[in-house]
Amino acid sequence: MEMAQKFPEIRPAPEEDLPVSARLLASFGLKSKVATRHLNFYYGDTQALFDNNLDIAEHRVTAIIGPSGCGKSTHLRVYNRIYELYRDQRAEGEVLLDGVNILDPGFDLMELRRRVGMIFQKPTPFPMSVFENVAYGLRMHYRLSKSEIADRVEEALKKAALWEEVKDFLKKPGTSLSGGQQQRLCIARSIVVEPEVLLMDEPCSAIDPIGTAKIEALINELKANYTIVIVTHNMQQAARVSDFTAFFFQGRIIEFDTTQKIFTNPAHKQTEAYITGRFG
Amino acid sequence: MKYRPPTGRKVINGVVSLGASISAVTGLVFLVWITWEVLYRGLTALNWDFFTHLPTPPGVPGGGMANALVGTLVLTGAATVASVPLGLLAGIYLAEFAEDSRLGDLSRFSANVLMGLPSIIVGVFAYSLVVLPLGNFCGYAGVVALAVIMLPVITRTTEDMLRLVPNTLREAALALGAPRWRVTLAVVFRAAKSGLLTGVLLAVARVSGETAPLLFTALNSPYWFHSLADPTPNLTVTIFHYAMSPYPDWQSKAWGASFLITFGVLWITIATRVMLRERKG
Repeated sequence: MEMAQKFPEIRPAPEEDLPVSARLLASFGLKSKVATRHLNFYYGDTQALFDNNLDIAEHRVTAIIGPSGCGKSTHLRVYNRIYELYRDQRAEGEVLLDGVNILDPGFDLMELRRRVGMIFQKPTPFPMSVFENVAYGLRMHYRLSKSEIADRVEEALKKAALWEEVKDFLKKPGTSLSGGQQQRLCIARSIVVEPEVLLMDEPCSAIDPIGTAKIEALINELKANYTIVIVTHNMQQAARVSDFTAFFFQGRIIEFDTTQKIFTNPAHKQTEAYITGRFG
Repeated sequence: MKYRPPTGRKVINGVVSLGASISAVTGLVFLVWITWEVLYRGLTALNWDFFTHLPTPPGVPGGGMANALVGTLVLTGAATVASVPLGLLAGIYLAEFAEDSRLGDLSRFSANVLMGLPSIIVGVFAYSLVVLPLGNFCGYAGVVALAVIMLPVITRTTEDMLRLVPNTLREAALALGAPRWRVTLAVVFRAAKSGLLTGVLLAVARVSGETAPLLFTALNSPYWFHSLADPTPNLTVTIFHYAMSPYPDWQSKAWGASFLITFGVLWITIATRVMLRERKG
């Protein structure tokens, strides 16, 4: 790996060596926005991901499914290097964002995280007002006048389908909203800085069905402008919102295909067993 | 299976409950007794002059403790100003940046030891550090002693309060591209705000009743507070002197000062309770 980084030109990349996911996207004429190559991940001495190769199609929704503990969230958390908060976690291999390896220690973390936003399982509104929650990232990354900030915040809240519900309560604390509203607030907070990729780590698992429906509708609208990767436990949700699906099992990517193919005619027995509810 | 009647267990239950109640009441009795005594004797000693006048020599009626009141406020205030920034920063370091570093463990350990240190030893420390080189008792030495006592309290409460902030909040802020220091200041600090304030107030409450560290350092003075470079009047050492004196008038004034300190600390403690409750709600 060291060698490959120093001398990128000797890395062999003939057509037939490309992973399945890359060839599939190419067959649809889609661009690979994020590509992981030979990604291994470790929690201390325990390896959690094994040689993950996956391509995320630009302006499409890719779902990552699999039983608990299979490495879905771990895989996602490499894309914005948020795992680096914890000292004993480390990743090996490559994660290419528009062809550039973001695991390179020289890659600017703040720039990475502006380009790759993340929505977490539990809504995480900051301890400040609804308005300030959204304005927080905006002020950090852009130099804007007060009125521009107000405009952008409004626009983001509208995109997140939350504006109508909160426009009269912008000064109220973000934590006073309902769970579903909080999660849409977090989405507004993420998209206001205009990321290219949105990572969603089981964004609906703590949300009631109505809130879930709103967020799913939102995902459908957002994919026109953003590349979305969603980790989900809920297979109906994966089937509803995603264009491509990757099935993870025990830290390995067992199958990657169009969502329709995965849910109607999976190639692997394990995938079939999982989606039909026989295990997991 | 042989049936075991519950009588024996009921008796034991009754005895233990009774014992626990008696213990609780005993503790409360002393607390109420002390509070009542301080309240009763202290309130009768308080009057307008107490807050506005200098002490009078024994035998001369009237006079007050205005100088000691001002002095205590200045000493405590200066010690707070000195120890809060240091304590907060040290707490941030321990909670956010020194998860498993040796320096972190060492600082945490020494803070714990420092918290259990008898305050008179801190007084002697400040005495040799400030009073001996300067050659006279002075307020600065008192401030140093009080600040040293406050520092570990603030550091440890800050660390504990920051650790209570869930990591998901840190992740969310980092995921937006915030640098670590902004995450700490704008998000983690805000989430822990009331807890941090509680820590500071507890530290203030802790030192506002300290006498021993001031005996060797700020000493006392019957005159108006003039400068921290001179011996500084303060309530606790004044209580010490007045309560030991043979003059009923002075003894009564000592009760008055005790009342002020006791209820000041009580008020601070209640305020922190209320703040912590609001935080939960």
